[in-house]
Amino acid sequence: MSNDSYVTDDGRTIGPTVMEMKNITLRFGGVKAITDISFDIREGEIRAIIGPNGAGKSSMLNVISGFYVPQEGEVWYKGAKRPPMKPYQVAEQGIARTFQNIALFEGMTVLDNVMTGRLRQMKANMFEQAIWKGKAEREEVENREVVEKIIDFLEIQAIRKTPVGRLPYGLKKRVELARALAAEPSILLLDEPMAGMNVEEKEDMSRFILDMNDEFGTTIALIEHDMGVVMDLSDRVVVMDYGKKIGDGTPDEVRNNQDVIDAYLGVAHD
Amino acid sequence: MAQSSQATGGLKSIPALLQRNAAQFADKDAYREKEFGIWQTWTWAMTENEIEALALGLINLGVKEGDFVAIVGRNRPYFYWAMVAAQSVGAVPVPVYNDSAAEEMEYILGHCGAKYAIVEDQEQVDKIIEIQEKLHTFEHMVYIDPRGLRKYDHRQLHEFSHIQAQGRAAHDELIGELKSRREKLDYDSTCVMLYTSGTTGKPKGVVLSNRNVIESSKNSADFDALTGDEEILSYLPMAWVGDFIFSVGQAYWCGFCVNCPESAETMMTDLREIGPTYYFAPPRIFETSLTSVMIRMEDSGDLKYALFHHFMDFAKTAGEKYGMPKRSLAKPDMKRRIKNGWRYAMGLGFAMETLVENGIRMAFTKLRHGSKAREHFKAKDPILLNLYRGSLRDYFKYRMGNVLVYGPLKDTLGFGRVRVGYTAGEAIGPEIFEFYRSLGINLKQLYGQTEATVFITAQPDGEVRADTVGVPSPDVEIKIADNGEIFYRSPGTFVEYYNNPESTASTKDAEGWVATGDAGFFEEKSGHLRIIDRAKDVGKMADGSMFAPKYVENKLKFYPDILEAVLFGNGKDRCVAFINIDLTAVGNWAERNNIAYASYQELAGHPKVLDSIQQHVEAVNRSVADDPMLAGCQIHRFLVLHKELDADDGEMTRTRKVRRVIVADKFKDLVAGLYDGASTVSTTTEVTYEDGRKGSISATLDLRDAQVAPVASKMAAE
Repeated sequence: MSNDSYVTDDGRTIGPTVMEMKNITLRFGGVKAITDISFDIREGEIRAIIGPNGAGKSSMLNVISGFYVPQEGEVWYKGAKRPPMKPYQVAEQGIARTFQNIALFEGMTVLDNVMTGRLRQMKANMFEQAIWKGKAEREEVENREVVEKIIDFLEIQAIRKTPVGRLPYGLKKRVELARALAAEPSILLLDEPMAGMNVEEKEDMSRFILDMNDEFGTTIALIEHDMGVVMDLSDRVVVMDYGKKIGDGTPDEVRNNQDVIDAYLGVAHD
Repeated sequence: MAQSSQATGGLKSIPALLQRNAAQFADKDAYREKEFGIWQTWTWAMTENEIEALALGLINLGVKEGDFVAIVGRNRPYFYWAMVAAQSVGAVPVPVYNDSAAEEMEYILGHCGAKYAIVEDQEQVDKIIEIQEKLHTFEHMVYIDPRGLRKYDHRQLHEFSHIQAQGRAAHDELIGELKSRREKLDYDSTCVMLYTSGTTGKPKGVVLSNRNVIESSKNSADFDALTGDEEILSYLPMAWVGDFIFSVGQAYWCGFCVNCPESAETMMTDLREIGPTYYFAPPRIFETSLTSVMIRMEDSGDLKYALFHHFMDFAKTAGEKYGMPKRSLAKPDMKRRIKNGWRYAMGLGFAMETLVENGIRMAFTKLRHGSKAREHFKAKDPILLNLYRGSLRDYFKYRMGNVLVYGPLKDTLGFGRVRVGYTAGEAIGPEIFEFYRSLGINLKQLYGQTEATVFITAQPDGEVRADTVGVPSPDVEIKIADNGEIFYRSPGTFVEYYNNPESTASTKDAEGWVATGDAGFFEEKSGHLRIIDRAKDVGKMADGSMFAPKYVENKLKFYPDILEAVLFGNGKDRCVAFINIDLTAVGNWAERNNIAYASYQELAGHPKVLDSIQQHVEAVNRSVADDPMLAGCQIHRFLVLHKELDADDGEMTRTRKVRRVIVADKFKDLVAGLYDGASTVSTTTEVTYEDGRKGSISATLDLRDAQVAPVASKMAAE
């Protein structure tokens, strides 16, 4: 846990630790998905979690988002130990996420999907919503404004009224990002934001991630397979293999770590 | 010319027109832009305020009279203000295509020695920073969207709103300076400098004076009776002369409202929301919308499909007569609305009445004559509108069609209120032209170029045809040289090519006649001008017959599946062609015919696609053979290219005209293959991505022989 801030080469300020994982172990029956992993996420940084298939990256993200409760270990968030929570409670604390296999409402328009990201901010009850006067209307206008700014930010104006089911994969990913962003999270978890994208879509997505971090100061934790993207985007990288942490540090440090090289390229078993 | 300056009432510059508009139409809408999902509006008074603040800010920044200010961005009110603000301080705005690559921008900014640039966002800022070292005179850059730019070095970089704020703060000190600079502007001072698209070689900077712009705007506005109530959507590149005339010249002269779309992709939605009354588009836009309508009709239900085709067939004959809008159309007032409502009610009522009446008649007749009657009714008209004779019937039927098909379709396309529409830049396919006109859209053709401040000829209402470009615009004189080249002289004739006296001298002679480089002739009967081709593209085949590539290419491009075609054959004994398929149209066709494909390249090489293209080529050959003069231009062999011709690769200009010479050189192996009779050719082509990186694609192309039609008429003549 560190409390000092520092400024990166490209002029961003990285604050003190905002979330810390302490000795997390997660088991499914007899299978150990995560074994004794500790790492921290600092405010304003882009933190990547990488590793080969089945290394436990998505499980780690699910632990952070409260979907899995680890058998051992503690999650510290904003200086306090977090008790076991339901995912919606975690969301209320300001942690939003996207999913590896897109989880949008296919029949709803992009606008409506992104609006669902604002649900946490809407306080009007069902009755008020049904009449849609006074509080409900006011809330809708306020939240729509925030959503429109995000739509503008992610350049999805042209598909505002299109049902999500009709969109191509790359755009769906962007809509999911918009929904997560609409919650105005302090930590944003991205599960493979660039999986299955072509080079141009990846470039766009990288630009959005950097801009998001820059513009809104959002802390970002992301899982990604594309090494080039990870090394370019992130400030620090955690490397996992078979549920264990095998490396942690800046992209350069990680790149030269022998364990990491072995995990990715394989070692001769003689 | 003294007479004409009187006619414009002493308003001799765009800033002067702005002041008139701000005084006369203070609360009328001047600009709208869709932002955050809502149309944001600025009135003329607000516009003047914004432009003044910016102009003061520019003086504060150090902009001198005669400096060039590059404007790089998509259509947004801020850029239009920037142009007028630059003019107000005596500088010259130079709009640049916002999708130009860094090298193209370097050439233009270097050529005019621009000291300032007003750009849109990080993308453009990055491009200019990349080339900044090579631009010796460059000083400051102003951007509009601050996203991603916060950490840039701000010594030479400024935010648009900050410049305006500085201008407002320094109002009292600088307003005197601004006023005196504004008053110095007269009819002969430079209004704008626009770079030509450069079909051949480097772009040239066309200098247009206030006289050129204001006279042309005035004349053309009178020609089409444009008023201050028009609505236009500005979506065409700002660096193109057309946009400058429509969105600045005519907008300021008439005082109408300029609407800017939310983004390039939302253009069609925004068009629909605004419903412009005055509309301009190159043929490509009309082709694209027609293709999408046809594709969607293919997927529609049987009733809609039948209705659409029935009424569209009918409109081909009746649309011209009954569909055209009134010449001047003020905003619909209550009286007009009631009248329109009444008309719609009549249309529907008439339809119902006819159907019922016919039903009853048919029932009775059937009772008496049985199956004979059925044949009789079938033979007449499927909707049974056979009660009334001739024109009255047509009138009512067109009204009914308007309620059921034309009206809703025009609304969907965003053309519901179009009173004057123009297409120019390329020839438009007669079928496409006819489609829009039969819907009751007053679509016309004009012929113009940057050097003429757009207008050379235009079609007057009621004299519109697909194959001519109309009569000379007001105040334009035209003469045809012996070799067929068209020359013109008008108040819109450009001043000069900037820093290029040789080109100026070779284009414009001492008496002010300008060579267009196009060959054409006046039709004796109607007095309309017909364009044949670019004069320098017209060549001779080996046997001495005429080679006019554009003529054949246009015929090919009228097929929806063909996006682009390039014909070769100058100096050869026969012609060959490259063809680009239209991915939207062919992709949809493939989907309906269960043809699977993974990429453009695969679809372009599919044997069934080649078969259908071959049919088109052969049909074109037959039609070319009808004209004995051009029968030699029939296509003997062709291939479908494995990549789309693209401006990023230099194969086209930014206005999407094919650069013939470059294409011929780049694909010379393919041309050679077409001539030496090979059946396949393997090739590798370099492609440039949008961010400037290069890659390559390789492909093996099938070369096909097309059947050539015999030249019947020529034989008969001999």
